[in-house]
Order: sequence, then C-alpha cells, then structure tokens
Amino acid sequence: MTPLVLLRRILFYALVAAILFYTVFPFYWAIVSSLKSGSAIFRVEFLPAAPTLENYRALFAEQSFARNIVNSLIVASVATAISLALAVTAAYALGRIKFRGRAAILFAVLSISMFPQIAVLSGLFELIRAAGLYNTLTGLIFSNLILTLPFTTWVLTAFLRELPRELEDSAVMDGASSFRIMTEIFLPLMAPALAATGLLAFILAWNEFLFALTFTLSNEKRTVPVAIALITGASAYELPWGRVMAASVIVTVPLIALVLLLQRHIVSGLMAGAVKG
Amino acid sequence: MTARTRLAWAYLSPLLITLALVAAWPLLRTIAFSLTDANLSDLSQWQFVGLANYVYLLSDPQWWRAVGNTLLFTVLSVGLETILGLVIALTINAHMPGRGLVRAAILIPWAIPTVVSAKMWAWMLHDLYGVVNVLLMTLGLIDRPWAWLADPTLSMAAVVLVDVWKATPFMALLTLAALQVLPQDIYEAASVDGVGPVKAFFHITLPLIRPALLIAIIFRGLDALRVFDVIYVLTGNNENTATMSVYARQQLVDFQDVGFGSTAATCLFVIVALITTAVITLGRVHVSASGNDR
Repeated sequence: MTPLVLLRRILFYALVAAILFYTVFPFYWAIVSSLKSGSAIFRVEFLPAAPTLENYRALFAEQSFARNIVNSLIVASVATAISLALAVTAAYALGRIKFRGRAAILFAVLSISMFPQIAVLSGLFELIRAAGLYNTLTGLIFSNLILTLPFTTWVLTAFLRELPRELEDSAVMDGASSFRIMTEIFLPLMAPALAATGLLAFILAWNEFLFALTFTLSNEKRTVPVAIALITGASAYELPWGRVMAASVIVTVPLIALVLLLQRHIVSGLMAGAVKG
Repeated sequence: MTARTRLAWAYLSPLLITLALVAAWPLLRTIAFSLTDANLSDLSQWQFVGLANYVYLLSDPQWWRAVGNTLLFTVLSVGLETILGLVIALTINAHMPGRGLVRAAILIPWAIPTVVSAKMWAWMLHDLYGVVNVLLMTLGLIDRPWAWLADPTLSMAAVVLVDVWKATPFMALLTLAALQVLPQDIYEAASVDGVGPVKAFFHITLPLIRPALLIAIIFRGLDALRVFDVIYVLTGNNENTATMSVYARQQLVDFQDVGFGSTAATCLFVIVALITTAVITLGRVHVSASGNDR
C-alpha cells in the first residue's frame, strides 16, 4: 500500500466516522440527557455520572403522557388503515384499468400531496367544528387523511402498474369477477408494498403536528408531538429538558426499531413515492 | 369497455369522495374565507370584504419578511441537503465493510419526528447549557456561548441546520438509489482512458443522476416552502425565522383572524402551485434535454 493510497483510505474512514457522528450523536445526546436528573442535566457529561429514570417516571406520573401515546397510536393506525383500504381499491382502478380521466385523477392526487397544510386549515377547522369533531381523535384521524391518502394511493398505483398483464388475463378468461381478481390475485402480491406503504403512512400521521396542535384543546386529546412541544416547567422560563428528552426517546425508539427492521422495504417505498413522481 | 370504465369509477369513488371532503372542500372554504372578515370565535358571522385582505397583506412588511424567510430557508436547506446527501450517498456507495451500518445510521434522523428533532436540537443549541456551545468553546472556535435561537443573525442558520440534519437522509437515500443503477462499464472505460475520479464524477455521475436528483430536490423544495413544525417548535412566531405557514397560522389561530389568515394561506398555496408548475415544466425540459444527449 503506497502512502497516497493509505492517506486516501484514512481520509475516507474519517469521513465515514464524521457522518456516523453527525447522524447518531444528537439522538445519543437525547438519551444521555434523559437519564440525568436535577442539576446533573446542566453538566456536559458524555456518560451520565448517576443515571436515573426519574424523568421517565415523572413523564407518566405527573402528566398524561401515556394517554398521549395511546392517542397517537389510535390516530396513526386508524388513519393508515382507512388510507390503505381506500388506496387499494383506487390503485386497482388507476393501475390496472385503462379509462379516460385516469391521468387527470393521478394528477389531482399528486397535487393534493403538494397542498400546504395551512391552506386547508381554516376550511378543515370549520368542517370539523360543524361536525362536532373539534377536540376529538376522530377529527384528527379525518384530517390526517389529507396526508396519508394521496401518498398511499400514489405508491400503490405505481406498484400495481409494474405487475405483468398476464396476471389478470387468465383470471378474466376463467370468468373471475374484478373484485375477486383484486382480492385474490393482487392483494397477496401487494403484501410487501402494503407493509412498506403502511409504515410510511403511519409515520406521516404519527409525526403530524399542525392539525393536532390546532384541532385539540385539552391535554387528554393531544398526540405525542403536540404534547412534547407543549411540555412546560414550573416556571415559563425553564423547560424541564430532561423530561422533554425522555419523551423524545420514548416516541423515537419504536420508530427507529421499525425503520431499521424494515429498512429495505422503506427505501423501495420511498423510491416508488418519489422517483416515479 | 364501458363496463370496465364504470367499474373503475366505482372503485375510485370512495377515494374521490374522501379527498373532496378532506382536501378540495376545505381549500375552497379557505379561499372563500380570504374574502371575508371571519373570526375564529364564530365562523358563521362574517362579512364579504372583497380583496381588502389581499391589499392589506401585500402592504404588510411582516408578510414580506415571512416570504423572504421562506425563500431563504428553502434555498439554504435544500442546497445543503443536496450537497450533503450527495456526499453521504457517494460514501455509502463506495465498497467498504460496514456500509449497511452507515445506511442504517442515516435512517435515524429520518425516523425521528420533526417535533422531536427540533426539541433535541433546541436542547443541544441551548445558550447556557447546550452541548454545541460547549464543544465549540472547547475546540476554541468561539470564545463565548452563542444564543443560537435568540440571536436574530443566528436563528435562521440554526433552523436550517436542524432541518438539514433531519432531511439529508431522504436526499442521501434517493441519490444512493440513482447511484446504484449506474452502469459500471462506463467507469471502467473512463479509467482506461485515464479519466480521474473527480472528472468522472462531474462528467459521468452527475449528468446521469441529474433527473433523479432533480426530483428529490423538487420534493424537498416543496416541503421546505410549506415548512411549519421545525420553525414553530424552535423559534415560535419570532419574525426573524417565521415562514409563510407560521405567519398564516399566527393570524388564523393566535389573532383569531380567519379571514386575513386565510388570505395568507391562499397566497402560500398560490405561490407553491406556481413554483410547482414552473419547476415541473422546467424539469421536464431539463430531463428530456439530458435524454437527448445520450
């Protein structure tokens, strides 16, 4: 190995180390901070001298964080389930049937995914209040559909389009109804795509902030992002940072675990959502 | 084929009805509200005011400040994310042991909710106890703690930094996907011809991944134009960083002025729609032009 090659290799691994530090350190720091209580949090120690779970205890004992987690789980999973159900049938029509107006609908679906959330805020607020859904989880589930539905439809349509024509030809010849073709031929094939799309839609709804902030009033109805954003301390000037970090760690760990577990599917799901745009 | 067409519409109708209810109708109502003096406390009481809200909005320096902030934020964050994403993608794409680990690591910022990443960074950037100031002072790069989020000259840099951290993985993953389908024989031919890696990057890699890169930039750019969470959580309604979305929400919710807030929201919508159309049109020209080169 010549010195030049060696130098290049060292520089390369220094770059890898820098990337790893940059991406991982903030999360590491949140974990470390969440394990410090009292005045320890104000000392910069890269390993907590006296690790404690006090912040985690306080989060559940002194405020309704468990309730917020349940709220987020309900909102995100119901919104995802509804989106997948509606998107599967729509994607079957958009991906497997040729009809006039298909391109226009796809364009409309894509346009809606470009809507700034704020542009529908007052209209949605009026609708939700008129329906008596203000400060309810149902209202949040409904409003989340504007984020999850275009995304799931788009990705599943792209997926169905790629499947070979022969799949349904023989079934059509056997006289199978289109509903049976959809449920018995395409649905099993879509399972991996459904899992990846469902996870991404779940993350979209889990992370949603603006609607959850605007359409809820009481802490019992808040989702996790809003609860974390609104954690306040004894005085308005000093946030309980340890508790904020504990909450951050709790909501992030399951997401990171899921994402790492399904990383291959996620990368391909992101591709289908973006590259085929 | 009319039976199949009818079938298609039947399958589509649940989606279309839901989208009409959750997207199209609220958007139309927002536009309608923008012509009124509606107030949040009672949305049924309003008076038609014509374009008065628009006239007032266009003369409000705060609004123009928000427009400027949004554009600055978009250009800075998407620009940095593209460059950094490219560097990370090229690194992962190089054959090395443990690349799976690096790819997994860059997924972490992506998986973290925006609000959470904003809070994590707000703590790291804390003026008195933040680890960033401590590190920079230890390294001797700054001589006293900086008030990252309060200082008017620093706060925009701080929110860009946080957004870049969160969104770079998206850019890196999309870029990586484009890199992985590049034909290897071009590089072999190039190295036979004595083309160095830097030249190969600018003359082979970059033109070939340009379409994919462009799409990733469009997606990120549109996200950045609409940005709300990260700014609101880090710096609230502070005018130094308030974007169009933050401005509109402040009018709508904090000041209860649904009419005027809807005007700002409608303008943001129009701006995003115009930029989308322009970018897609230009992008198409670009993509087809690069297609003709080959």
